[in-house]
Amino acid sequence: MEWETVIGLEVHVQLATKTKIFSGSSTAFGAEPNTQACAIDLAMPGTLPVVNAEAYRLAVMFGLGIDAEIAKRSFFERKNYFYPDVPKGYQTTQLDSPIVGPGHVDITLDDGSTKSIRIHHAHLEEDAGKSVHEGFYDMSGIDLNRAGTPLIEIVSEPDISNSEEAVAFAKKLHGIVTSLGISDGDMSQGSMRFDVNISVRKPGDELGTRTETKNLNSFKFMEDCIALEVERQIDLIENGGKIKQETRLYNGDTGVARSMRSKEEANDYRYFPCPDLLPVEIDDEYIEAVRSTMPELPSARKARFISELGLSDYDAETLSSDAVQASFFEQAAATASDAKLAANWVMGEVSAHLNSDEISISEAPITGELLGGLIVRIKDNTISNKIAKDVFEAMWAGEGDADSVIEAKGLKQVSDTGALEAIVDEVLAASEAMVEEYINTEESKRKKKLGGFMGPIMKASKGQANPRAVNEILLKKLNERL
Amino acid sequence: MDRSDIAKLAELARLQISNEHADEVAQSITDVLALVDQLQAANTEGVSPMAHPLDAVQRLRADVVTEPNQREAFQAQAPATDKGHYLVPKVID
Amino acid sequence: MHNKTIAELAQGLRSKEFSSEELTRHYLERIERLDSNYNSFITITPEQAIAQAQAADQRLASGNQPILCGVPIAHKDIFCTDGIRTSCGSKMLDNFTPPYNATIVENYAAAGAVTLGKLNMDEFAMGSSNETSYYGPVKNPWDTNCVPGGSSGGSAAAVAAHLAPAATASDTGGSIRQPASLCGLTGLKPTYGRVSRWGMIAFASSLDQAGPLTRTAEDSAIMLGTMASFDSKDSTCLDQTVPDYTATLGDSLQGLRIGVPKEYFSEGLNPETASRVQDAIKEFERQGATVKEISLPHTHLAVPAYYVIAPAECSANLSRFDGVRYGYRCENPADLADLYKRSRSEAFGEEVQRRILVGAYALSAGYYDAYYRKAQQVRRLIKQDFVDAFNDIDVVMGPTATSPAFEFGAKSNDPVAMYLEDIYTIATNLAGLPGLSIPCGLVDNKPVGLQLIGNYFSEAKLLNAAHQYQLVTDYHQQSAPAID
Repeated sequence: MEWETVIGLEVHVQLATKTKIFSGSSTAFGAEPNTQACAIDLAMPGTLPVVNAEAYRLAVMFGLGIDAEIAKRSFFERKNYFYPDVPKGYQTTQLDSPIVGPGHVDITLDDGSTKSIRIHHAHLEEDAGKSVHEGFYDMSGIDLNRAGTPLIEIVSEPDISNSEEAVAFAKKLHGIVTSLGISDGDMSQGSMRFDVNISVRKPGDELGTRTETKNLNSFKFMEDCIALEVERQIDLIENGGKIKQETRLYNGDTGVARSMRSKEEANDYRYFPCPDLLPVEIDDEYIEAVRSTMPELPSARKARFISELGLSDYDAETLSSDAVQASFFEQAAATASDAKLAANWVMGEVSAHLNSDEISISEAPITGELLGGLIVRIKDNTISNKIAKDVFEAMWAGEGDADSVIEAKGLKQVSDTGALEAIVDEVLAASEAMVEEYINTEESKRKKKLGGFMGPIMKASKGQANPRAVNEILLKKLNERL
Repeated sequence: MDRSDIAKLAELARLQISNEHADEVAQSITDVLALVDQLQAANTEGVSPMAHPLDAVQRLRADVVTEPNQREAFQAQAPATDKGHYLVPKVID
Repeated sequence: MHNKTIAELAQGLRSKEFSSEELTRHYLERIERLDSNYNSFITITPEQAIAQAQAADQRLASGNQPILCGVPIAHKDIFCTDGIRTSCGSKMLDNFTPPYNATIVENYAAAGAVTLGKLNMDEFAMGSSNETSYYGPVKNPWDTNCVPGGSSGGSAAAVAAHLAPAATASDTGGSIRQPASLCGLTGLKPTYGRVSRWGMIAFASSLDQAGPLTRTAEDSAIMLGTMASFDSKDSTCLDQTVPDYTATLGDSLQGLRIGVPKEYFSEGLNPETASRVQDAIKEFERQGATVKEISLPHTHLAVPAYYVIAPAECSANLSRFDGVRYGYRCENPADLADLYKRSRSEAFGEEVQRRILVGAYALSAGYYDAYYRKAQQVRRLIKQDFVDAFNDIDVVMGPTATSPAFEFGAKSNDPVAMYLEDIYTIATNLAGLPGLSIPCGLVDNKPVGLQLIGNYFSEAKLLNAAHQYQLVTDYHQQSAPAID
């Protein structure tokens, strides 16, 4: 009998606030170590936390984005454990009264069907600092710049059945948080990190023992790690072994996973309400104010792309999922006044170049507006589709906007009738045999013969002749000879 | 409370209690717990726990950077630093 | 000069009877000469004090200044002082010099007060006798064989020995009021949230509150007026205007309704202490107050609830002392676990470690509901006792401590006996109410205190009552012998 996989995700999302959740230190990424760690972040004696209003607002907005219940009263707890990147010796988090209650995220599967993944809750907490293991001989260096960065931890129900669904869910969440502007979603900088709980069972059996693999920071790593862990668990059970409840680490670069600690070694976190912080209370008015400033969600955007821009369901789904991509597309479509062409280009050339360069759309060397400018020149016949690909290539390489590339490379189509007539005359004069053949062909089949003249004409024009104009002139000249 | 209980608590609290002291510590904590155990006689049915003396709610802080870099001043207090990092014996995950 | 109250010193500074510098040098000389008898200071800051005094003299010369301008005070070593070692009475912080001030330190500095130094205390404010300090015990100026009380024992001894006219202190379970009682002083624990906790090293965050130790209620009113402020850096500090506590000191006590809890006069209370306290309450009656017996039925559960909640909070609050970013670090740690365990065990004293362990136990898996949650429920019952009582009384009165000062070693080997020392003061911390201790006589030539407990934010009422009492009695003017 087949095995069934049961997966639940815990997703840590860094919130896009200017300052930390409990202090006025900057959260900007990439600063020199410990230059953005103030007395509160360093847990200096006598310091006290005060909650960042924006972190709270963004968490509430996330809750609204997944149709979740918002807790009118929530408070923070201390989760006690010693680790050098946790300077207070506890993490301030939420256990009993998370800000976001049950909600759901609907994912679209490859076969076009949708599946609803339930969200158990999402809570606010502070991020830890970082340990640096290289460059300090037999010591580790501790950088607390990240300590206190606001996070929401989103905890799903174990509704996910395979790695494809897990990735679809993760991408959907990524689309939601980036669309709402809650997070920059930059996984390479750790803005979004996934912990995956995995177990296997025979259909109908009780849930199997689960393992948790922590801190996966790309969709690809998550996909690979799930495949690996599912295989490991099935192999183990089929060979008479037992799954141990444990926390595991997966190294995406080497593709190797290992056990970090077993349940027996697990900490007793001794949660209790943080006495330095009071309960946060919000009312309906607050919630409605947040709702009224909410940016468009991917689902709403998709509907709009279909109804207002006339995109197909597939194109709309693809282009609406990622906020940056959606806005890139919208800029291109608006500049070009052509949504369909813009969609084709974004999903075609742009997407292909991003893949081959292994970069995200936010790092793309061109903007949606620039792409739109290129499409304008296709539509007004300045360049052909074929030439447009060359122009795109040059734009991607940073050679400027479409017009300057066309100008610099002299790629403008020749539509000037006089110049084209001269070229056509020249080619016809040099191709007397083909002209004879055309004349002698019966009328219904003559059209096919036109293609033979096009090659030499385009060659003579260095590819810049406007094919439609050439076609017209050619027909006129040949018909004069009939 | 015996030695092994104390050892577990000491591990949680990252304290080192020597064997020669363990019994003594166990005894004194047993005494404290005997005092504390008077709580068990209280009727607290339906009483909600009280974490704060006042029924106040949390004020929220504006999201404005107020903290300048003071690394030098803070790290002057640190036992061991290098290249702006606090140093600890190698961290093994 | 050192026998004057703050109110008198402020007068003297303005009438140019003496300058702040003269006054400051006088106190520094006394500390230098006499504190070896008491060990009340951990750190003396003469250079800074004289510079502050000179600045204060200039301010005073330019006219209208806050009342504390030029008045020397000293801070309990639990309050962070920028550039001055702040030890919290612990080896852990023996080498710690914070680059920031506690809010109350800022408030006093802004008012022009002069800081003489930092005062001894029980380690991390855990103790009722000042015997747990890394810097050695503090001696009671009334009898140097006896403890001054704790944890603010250094603050109490310094003021009682006239080494400072007033001192800051902190009270988590009685740490201002019990030393006030044992040293014959006026000690006020304000309402929780009245005074900022920013920069006060935390023992138990939901119980800790700073307050002044002074010789008179009037001085206490002056000190509190500067200490109290709204502080956006402390989430638990309440945004309430600070009244002029001196303005209502002269109000009549006619009609004041006093409640005397019968539970505060049960077994365990020294009969002589009880008698002084009862006499004091009669004095209030003579001034027009009405007295009735009340019941605070959960009083006996206050100490048990406290010894779950305070250790639980402290076990987390003290986790930051890990030998990584500041404070004590053991020699040559073998690995990370060794760094943590040895740094903490070598630098925390026995009582601190005991409370950390008790707290870890009360919060640990399987015990949370039976201990921590239960204690928080009992805490509500204790608060409700007071809420009910204040429906028809204004002030609760009773003893502050069970007996006058006891000898060194009398309770230090019996933690439970020591914990019961705070039996009358702890409930106010659990409830967050203000409490004041004032001297009301001597027993065996040692002072005993009367405790006044008020409703939330009724400090002005408590100080008014205490001041009226001090107008017709002289217990607060009696000084410890041999302080010259």
